[in-house]
Amino acid sequence: MSGSASVAAARPGGPPAARAAALDLSPAGGAAPWWRRTLRQGSFEARIALRNGEQLLLTLVLPVLVLVAAVRTTSLDLGDGDRPALALAGVLAVAVVSTAFTGQAIATGFDRRNGVLRLLATTPLGRPGLVVGKVLAVLLLVAVQVVVLGLVGLAVGWRPQLPPVLAAVPAVLLGVAAFTALGLLLAGTVRAEGTLAIANFVWVLLLAGGGLVLPSPLAPVTDLLPSGALGGALRAALADGAVAPWPLLVLAVWAALATAACARWFRWE
Amino acid sequence: MASPLPSPVTATTAPAVLVEDLRKSYGSTRVLDGLTFAAAPGRVTALLGPNGAGKTTTVACCEGLQRADSGRLRVLGLDPVADAAALRPRVGVMLQDGGLPTGVGALEALRHVAGLHSAPLPVDALAERLGLTSFARTRVRRLSGGQRQRLAMACALVGRPELVFLDEPSAGLDPQARLAVWDVVREARSSGVAVVLTTHLMEEAERLADDVVVIDAGRVVAQGTPEALTRGPAVLTFVARPGLPTESLRLALPVDADVVEGEPGHYAVLGIPADPRVAATVTSWCATHDVLPEGLGAQRRTLEDVFLDLTGRSLR
Repeated sequence: MSGSASVAAARPGGPPAARAAALDLSPAGGAAPWWRRTLRQGSFEARIALRNGEQLLLTLVLPVLVLVAAVRTTSLDLGDGDRPALALAGVLAVAVVSTAFTGQAIATGFDRRNGVLRLLATTPLGRPGLVVGKVLAVLLLVAVQVVVLGLVGLAVGWRPQLPPVLAAVPAVLLGVAAFTALGLLLAGTVRAEGTLAIANFVWVLLLAGGGLVLPSPLAPVTDLLPSGALGGALRAALADGAVAPWPLLVLAVWAALATAACARWFRWE
Repeated sequence: MASPLPSPVTATTAPAVLVEDLRKSYGSTRVLDGLTFAAAPGRVTALLGPNGAGKTTTVACCEGLQRADSGRLRVLGLDPVADAAALRPRVGVMLQDGGLPTGVGALEALRHVAGLHSAPLPVDALAERLGLTSFARTRVRRLSGGQRQRLAMACALVGRPELVFLDEPSAGLDPQARLAVWDVVREARSSGVAVVLTTHLMEEAERLADDVVVIDAGRVVAQGTPEALTRGPAVLTFVARPGLPTESLRLALPVDADVVEGEPGHYAVLGIPADPRVAATVTSWCATHDVLPEGLGAQRRTLEDVFLDLTGRSLR
């Protein structure tokens, strides 16, 4: 500690604690390297999400329950093929939407309302770092979901092989890209309470009839939705070990459109 | 009343903040109307004005969070929007609405902000200094307003900035915490940091600021040191029942005199210095109106008075 603070610290009138500890406040402002800033932001947001009970229910507990139920009951028509693999594919699709879209949109919406986005934009993180950090947080959380759901899948009879697992990687990544951008678009254009309601409502809609868990009876329509494309791509990957180009293209187009819309319409405050 | 610790600032010191003819409107509402001021390193500059005067908008423009419609704005010699990436590590910000992440513990939030910087202050020492240790692990959303204020202040300072913007830093603080915050602000100043704060509290401006910029309706109505702003002869003041016919008293006084009732029942004779003849005139006028003037005497001008004279409105 330098003595530069001693003048003020010795002033009478402050509470005892204030006079006790001197700080060297002399300017030395500098930014941590960008990769460290964004990694920190990503792990910070992921930690917050993992501690949020409601969000854990949405991102882990419900997908696990759906996975077990889908494998154990025979009343649901999952399509033709290995039942545990089809169930896991559908539940992974739900998990991606829960984290990248619903959870992320709600968190971002309230951060925006509470001024967190404003404050972090003034730190060395800046707005670009904030966005990259959010994407990293989603990827970290999805990785946790993949591990947990994979283990539960093993427990209920899924027998993994390398080609199907590798084929699922681009589907998960493009799904994360599309739904993260859509979640940000929602959070950045609608007020926080509206985001909360819409994000949850859309989650339920997509779960029920969006082609996420089950192949949709309205396939021509849902195949063009990011939900149907993600569910389809994951089912093709995990059940058939196939990379399905058409659903992946649909996801890529949604990701590009939603990112462009974010750049155009996202309001920081 | 004024701060006894003016820091040495030479004429060659480049201003930390330079605002010239700043204008901004929201729709048809003009928020900034040709605002001009400068803030120097090693000094505390207070933007003083009532709510809605444009203080927060001014600071938001300086922080690069908003763009002005026109005018010139330099922060540490740079453009707050175009050079934002270069400025962010060097400028600390405390927002009026806090903006702290709510789902983490108090010190976890502070550690996070510290980790975004290359050479931050030691978090534990800063926390102790601002009295954060008693609620270190409490989630931010459960903190009281005053606790959040102190945490936000710590977040603004932790990166060792050259310039800090503190928007209403002592709002919601109890007197003890306010003194602790003021001490840290003075400490930052004596370390050479430029401090720009907004306040609507006269006492804060008078006791903490080296330079006061009085803002009303998006314009600077006066600026200078607290001493310079309140300089001038003492004026006669008294307290009586509200609603006296001040025009009648004015006519009894010399021509330059003006009588104002700033707050109900609080009267001041402006425009002429207080002297025994003025006191005698006021006393005899009161006698003819069956009024007992209490606390009749000569008073030095306060910032509040200056503000009232300039705007005709009470600040608090």
